[in-house]
Amino acid sequence: MEFSEHIRTANVEDVELRQPLQPAGRGTLCITGHHLLFSVRGDGGGRQLLLLLRSVDAVEKRTSGSSGTITIKCKDLRVLQLDIPGMEQCLNIAHSIETLSCLDRVSDMFPFFYRPVDLRLQGCWGLSSPEGHFSQAQELHQKWRLSSVNKDYLVCPSYPPALIVPACIDDKTLRKLAKFRQGGRFPVLCYYHRKNGMAIVRSSQPLMGANRKCCTEDEQLLEAVIEGSDKGYIIDTRSSQQAQQARMTGGGFESKSCYGRWKRLHRQMERGKALQESLIKLVEACGDESHNMDRWLSKLENSKWLSHVQTALSTAGLLAECVERDGHSVLVHGSEGTDCSLLISTLAQLIMDPRCRTLEGFLTLLEREWVQAGHPFQQRCAHSAYSHARVQQESPVFLLLLDCVWQLWRQFPLALGFSEALLLRLASEVYASDYGTFLCNSDQERCLLGVKEKTYCLFQALLRDRDLYSNPLYEPTELAIWPSVHPQSLQLWRGFFLRWTPQVRQLEEAQEEIRHMVMECARLALSVRDTAARPSENSS
Amino acid sequence: MEHIRLPKVEHVALLDRAAPRRGSGRVGTLYLTATHSIFVENEAAARKETWVLHSLVYSVEKQAPTASGCPLLIHCKNFRVLHFMIPQEQECDDIHLSLLRLSQPESYEELYCFSYKPNADEKERRQEWDLLDLMADFSRMGLPNSLWKLSPVNHHYKVSDTYPAELFVPECATPPVIVGSSKFRSRGRFPALTYYSKDNHAAICRSSQPLSGFSARCLEDEQMLEAILRSNPHSDFMYVVDTRPKLNAIANRAAGKGYENEDNYSNIKFQFLGIENIHVMRNSQQKMLEVCELRSPSMSDFLEGLENSGWLKHIKAVLDAGIFIAKAVAEEGVSVLVHCSDGWDRTAQVCSVACVLLDPYYRTLRGFMVLIEKDWIAFGHKFSHRCNHLTGDSKEVSPIMDQFLECVWQLMEQFPCAFEFSERFLVTIHNHVYSCQFGNFIGNNQRERIELSVPERTHSLWSYLWTNRADYVNPLYRANHSQSQGVLRPSTAPHIFRFWRGLYNRFDHGVHPRQSVEDYLRAIQEETQQLEEQLASHKQKISQLEQESGITWKAPLCDKSPTGRSLDTNLGVANTPQDYTAGFITSSPHQLETPDSILLPHNSNQSKDSSLSNGSDQESGIADLSCRSPLSEDSPRGPDSDEAAYSTA
Repeated sequence: MEFSEHIRTANVEDVELRQPLQPAGRGTLCITGHHLLFSVRGDGGGRQLLLLLRSVDAVEKRTSGSSGTITIKCKDLRVLQLDIPGMEQCLNIAHSIETLSCLDRVSDMFPFFYRPVDLRLQGCWGLSSPEGHFSQAQELHQKWRLSSVNKDYLVCPSYPPALIVPACIDDKTLRKLAKFRQGGRFPVLCYYHRKNGMAIVRSSQPLMGANRKCCTEDEQLLEAVIEGSDKGYIIDTRSSQQAQQARMTGGGFESKSCYGRWKRLHRQMERGKALQESLIKLVEACGDESHNMDRWLSKLENSKWLSHVQTALSTAGLLAECVERDGHSVLVHGSEGTDCSLLISTLAQLIMDPRCRTLEGFLTLLEREWVQAGHPFQQRCAHSAYSHARVQQESPVFLLLLDCVWQLWRQFPLALGFSEALLLRLASEVYASDYGTFLCNSDQERCLLGVKEKTYCLFQALLRDRDLYSNPLYEPTELAIWPSVHPQSLQLWRGFFLRWTPQVRQLEEAQEEIRHMVMECARLALSVRDTAARPSENSS
Repeated sequence: MEHIRLPKVEHVALLDRAAPRRGSGRVGTLYLTATHSIFVENEAAARKETWVLHSLVYSVEKQAPTASGCPLLIHCKNFRVLHFMIPQEQECDDIHLSLLRLSQPESYEELYCFSYKPNADEKERRQEWDLLDLMADFSRMGLPNSLWKLSPVNHHYKVSDTYPAELFVPECATPPVIVGSSKFRSRGRFPALTYYSKDNHAAICRSSQPLSGFSARCLEDEQMLEAILRSNPHSDFMYVVDTRPKLNAIANRAAGKGYENEDNYSNIKFQFLGIENIHVMRNSQQKMLEVCELRSPSMSDFLEGLENSGWLKHIKAVLDAGIFIAKAVAEEGVSVLVHCSDGWDRTAQVCSVACVLLDPYYRTLRGFMVLIEKDWIAFGHKFSHRCNHLTGDSKEVSPIMDQFLECVWQLMEQFPCAFEFSERFLVTIHNHVYSCQFGNFIGNNQRERIELSVPERTHSLWSYLWTNRADYVNPLYRANHSQSQGVLRPSTAPHIFRFWRGLYNRFDHGVHPRQSVEDYLRAIQEETQQLEEQLASHKQKISQLEQESGITWKAPLCDKSPTGRSLDTNLGVANTPQDYTAGFITSSPHQLETPDSILLPHNSNQSKDSSLSNGSDQESGIADLSCRSPLSEDSPRGPDSDEAAYSTA
């Protein structure tokens, strides 16, 4: 595809740019296949804006007489304005931004063109593989095995090729029972709790249908999960009514008669379109400039976003409580098993497992539970809160996860090894990125397009910026970190939702101050060690 | 002691109001003393004690007896709620009646400050009251000078009995003008200076409303305002700010009061700021507290309740008014006269908020105490009436001071590095505004405090706070940080405001962060300091040794590693699951409670409202889960039970 066919005007002089937190500037605007570039005139290249077109969510244009104004609303909630002389140029620019910001073909997207000078594409993409994960987890080897039943993505197109399943279930059985789960997402191990050997297993809904079909192989697998224990829990992220209704469209739930030793707990979690609309309403409320307190509180309530945060954290808390406190294994699913199930299993792992709370641990968890596990990023993050396009498959599940993790970080400021800056960076990258990590909807799609060969991995890049993304206050704890889900304990994530207001800058200054204090202390400790090194012999 | 009908009840249960399902609460003995209710838990290991000052008790409510006893609900002015279950109804009656009487003293003499005797001799006690000197603050502002003078006009409280004896007035304001003006103002509260900006000569003055009615005028009052205007040589007009809503001010005219007519005063710009009266504020806080007390509110319940209470709207109004004044002074260089009705509620709030915004000094520990001393205590905010220190007219009670403290807290949330003190400082002050433990807030004005010999007979909170200031310092504060400099320019966009759980849910430990950044940073600061000292001493040693001879040195031995910072106390609290069924505040009492022990240091056995062992909760976590399963799983309307219906269909 030739990007140039979408660029009728590549350069415009004498454009005025207004953006949050910075003074307005006048200069040259330039559109390329993937970027909008603005350089301030006579600034020696000092002040520039390089905006990935993919990060543009909505473009609004207004022309008056011989000039026009383009308002660009980005997926990271930044709003820019360009005053462009010449109506035709303005319309051309707007058209280019609109078209180039929503290219359909993944292989046309920027990560395939991103070639930083200091990096080379190497063999290793990502932080871990299912195989590596399994071989490291010695404690799993007795009861669990790594199955390559999905090596050609034939059993489940959205799963990775290698999956961890109960050791006593062979591939033949897996093939059979995968047909009983929506999209072939049969129950697989996602977390093993070392303290008591209990597991979190996730899947999609069983295809029980109106005729209440059963599947012996599926029952066998689940039976194997709780072998040696008296029971297991199923956390269904739908209400029991919703689960019941799902039967009409071929889905369903694990009935008591077939899965006698499993107790089902229903927790209704919002998903899909409703979640997207919640985000849109919240962002709209944050942009309200009426200065009316009642109106703000009522809009905040009406958006329901914080309610979704509350539900997600409390469901994850329940899941962790089942495993850690009650000492039983849990199967998690909703309907497709690619959204809410991942959300709560990720949060539960953060609550329980200290290894997930380091910077690497968290990124590895995201890679395993979201990228490899087949969260359809491409569909979910096609648009954010400003887009005028009709909501299709978009849903900010991953953003909800980041918000929940931020709430955890607020409540346990010392327990997580990463900073708010990491969460904010991820919230931007998931919508538009130089890196290939969040491209496509599944491992299979990424393989077909050669994402792992032709793009750079975001997670590896983030680890190179450790200073920026680590939490200076991090003090590892082995204990579970149980979040409070009381309304008073949950707050609007100002860092994200009000990111482009000057007030957030003051909060960032506080974080800088904290980092500075900790570094100063560490620096002094080193100096003391150095100086102590010399007279120590003498004093001993 | 004559009010105590029953000094001791055994087998009393203290229920956890957040998670009543977790067993029957903690069982122990309840003691009534002359000053405190003390609950001592039976559990031998802990023998935990909860002390509650009678003066902090806001209401005592006896509820209908149940099978397990007679419930007694105690609401405190510091927002603690205690829910006791007393075995016998008769005992409950006795406790109820005793507490009703003990918590509603009829005379000042009964207040705790007159019996509170910490270990300090008389000389030390007297020194406590010398800590703050208001005149020193005025000289810090550069007063007196050629424009403003200290006036003796109110000595012996002759002109206004609710004003302080020492007041600054314009140099050119003669006693007859002042006295004339005071006769034209409610309660004689004539315009007097509260803040002066050296840099541009703009001043903030305060007063009560003029007795203008529909048409009355007063030449002296007009001259008084003229004098204030002339004391700002660079300005050709001044603002007169009425902090009330316009409608309220107009209504006052019918009672012979009202507001300044712009036509009668030369070169004033008149402005209403729309802050509601004490009754609206009282009701609003009451509604908000009801929301805080909801047992298991959903997010929507909470946000709707918060909205309906209107509380944050009022906080925003006070802050907006403060910003208006600060802007006039700092940006326009224009003097402002502020009043409301009597000039001791809204006026105090707005003037002190403006001072905090304008002057970095008032954002320091000492400066903030000076500010409260100046604009609240000296200028006669009616603490005893507003805080219900004595039994009296409930219509006089209103959380005006709470709102001021909250405004400051909201600013601290917005500017984390701008204040030398932390949230704990505000909460502690709040506690003692109500506790009557110290003499500072007793009575309604300076004259009353002199009559009660408060400085001769009681202790001062300021001295106590200053002595313990290490506990109240904000570790992020640096005097040379950009946020600590100059005028604060906060945003008052509605989304900036937050609910202050640290105050209103102060005792509900489950809702607070489980780890404290503040404490951690304090530990780091201490360590940094130690390291600096070590470094200095090492360097000294080295230079000594180097002078002596050229020795070769061996391997390092660090005195203290930077990772050796142990905060087990904080990590211990991590281990408490919530009640995830409905989103309750859980019992989770596993936070080490420091505030209380800090508040009342003379009782080292003070209430530590927390159990330090997690063992019992491990149990309850499991019990909870199993008892909730039937609720949520396969309920009668659940899918499985529909099976029968489906097959018969």
